Amino acid sequence: MAASLQISGVRKAFGKGSKAVEVLQRIDIDVQPGEFLILVGPSGCGKSTLLNIIAGLEEPTEGEVRIGGKDVIGVAPAQRDIAMVFQSYALYPTMSVYDNIGFALEMRKVPKAQRDQRIREVAAMLQIEALLDRRPAQLSGGQRQRVAMGRALARQPQIFLFDEPLSNLDAKLRVEMRAEIKRLHQLSGITSVYVTHDQIEAMTLGSRIAVMKGGVLQQLGTPDEIYNRPANTYVASFIGSPTMNLIPGHNGTTQGKLGFQIALTHLPIAAPQDGQLLMGVRPEHLSLVDDAPWRGEVSLVEPTGADTYVVVKTGAGTVTVRVSAQAKLKAGDRIGLALAADHISWFDAGTGVRI
Amino acid sequence: MFTKYLPRVLIYGTLLLAACFFLAPLYVMLATSLKDAEQIRTGNLLSMPHSFNVDAWLSAWSSACTGVDCRGLQPYFMNSVAIAVPAVLISTAWGAINGYVLSMWKFRGSELLFGFMLFGVFMPFQVVLLPMSQVLGYLGLSSSLGGLIMVHCIAGLAGTTLFFRNYYTAIPKELVNAARMDGAGFWRIFYRIVVPLSVPILMVTLIWQFTNIWNDFLFGVAFSGADSKPITVGLNNMANTTSSVKSYNVDMAAALIAGLPTMLVYVLAGQYFVKGLTAGAVKG
Repeated sequence: MAASLQISGVRKAFGKGSKAVEVLQRIDIDVQPGEFLILVGPSGCGKSTLLNIIAGLEEPTEGEVRIGGKDVIGVAPAQRDIAMVFQSYALYPTMSVYDNIGFALEMRKVPKAQRDQRIREVAAMLQIEALLDRRPAQLSGGQRQRVAMGRALARQPQIFLFDEPLSNLDAKLRVEMRAEIKRLHQLSGITSVYVTHDQIEAMTLGSRIAVMKGGVLQQLGTPDEIYNRPANTYVASFIGSPTMNLIPGHNGTTQGKLGFQIALTHLPIAAPQDGQLLMGVRPEHLSLVDDAPWRGEVSLVEPTGADTYVVVKTGAGTVTVRVSAQAKLKAGDRIGLALAADHISWFDAGTGVRI
Repeated sequence: MFTKYLPRVLIYGTLLLAACFFLAPLYVMLATSLKDAEQIRTGNLLSMPHSFNVDAWLSAWSSACTGVDCRGLQPYFMNSVAIAVPAVLISTAWGAINGYVLSMWKFRGSELLFGFMLFGVFMPFQVVLLPMSQVLGYLGLSSSLGGLIMVHCIAGLAGTTLFFRNYYTAIPKELVNAARMDGAGFWRIFYRIVVPLSVPILMVTLIWQFTNIWNDFLFGVAFSGADSKPITVGLNNMANTTSSVKSYNVDMAAALIAGLPTMLVYVLAGQYFVKGLTAGAVKG
């Protein structure tokens, strides 16, 4: 039952005339049937507004939303054949888990026997059969989350919408439920749109990620594209933890040598374009070697267990490097930095756009 | 030992004294209503009644005279029931719907509308007596039970709307959105999701409205006709009917009869009243 979803030229502004606030500026996204699209960005970037527009809870100022090829602007939320999981779960407090899951089916006048069968199916899928008689107040956070997903699943909608569903859970449960959501998506194959501000959720769940900022779509691509080929410095620094190092420098011929000049160091690597540039390199694509020309002083060592992150102060600012946990380093050590030349992203120093 | 208990003794002593002070009028009323005329004439207000004598109660209920009409309070009591029950139910339901719209289905100008409705809570009702009587005249409802029901509904609406609106703002908006996506409409969301959450505030409003409407004197005296007077007006007229002997016992019994229903309602639903007033957000 997977449907496609097309968002074309969607604009949303609150207020009128000169006082209007643009929340979304011409968003175009094409979601293929069965895809898992992530909308990610800082709070206030318009991702939740976009989700509400898809849901029909808000109407766009301009633009089109098509579900399964059908224009749904002006169509009531209930008629769009979508289901949504809310951040606060929004379970009906006075109804049992059973009734919560069955409510939408009841509203759609599904016969009682069929409804009962469907509720039990969903409960089995989510392992909440034992909870069917309870009220939401008697459930733990993780259980409420499961019921909220069960309520969405019961309807077998064409599209699933998730509005930061995991942000109310503690870290351990979040990882568990993340895997659960991924499993359910693979099982059901229903097209999903998932809003989050957590870049790890974005990377692990999404088949494609839309990074947004200030109502503008920054980049739309697979997790691999987003991570390895960020479209601009914003995406580069938003995705990945610790963030990508952005090192300013000058590309061209210096003292007869072609290469990239950072501060007083000349690196024999060529950028695709001459002039003032930002070199983007992820911590894992840097390594510490004794005899590299680019040198700095260790200012901070952060062991995380599996890896250790070393913050190095260089002439061109601080740089974070990922090293193995066995590396013996301490603050104050002077070391050299080497980089994997084929993993470098280049950005225009002025606009921050990828070259 | 003594100094250890002294503060406790002082506190309970003071409380006891205060309780006696506030209960004294009730005691006097109850005791007087059970005395016969003879004992009352001895003039000892605080003495216990000699015998358990319910004659005054029976008389107050069914045979005491107001002017030449000697049917007791009974017809007025029935009028009050006939006014209060529909007026309480209608004004409460109406307020719930208003509150639901003003908190969950906000529209352009809804906040302003609510602001104006708040005026109704603080407005002295004397101000509306004349225009209201004109309107009742236009509608052909002057001096009728129907007219009084309408007046009470409208007068109470500002308060009931305020109660429900403020209670419903604490219900998360996502709950309504979830129900909308599940396919429930305006009314379905109201009675399947919102009303079941409203028990505490419903109780508060019912008690509040019942007390106000039952105890109302102003509208009762201004808008009632000969056969639609509520009990407050009936009580007043009965107590002011002058005859050779003032039957205090009958007056006291009549006053207790008039006050009994509101007390009963509070005793039965009072626990919800406190709960409802202190209930904050609805935890999902």
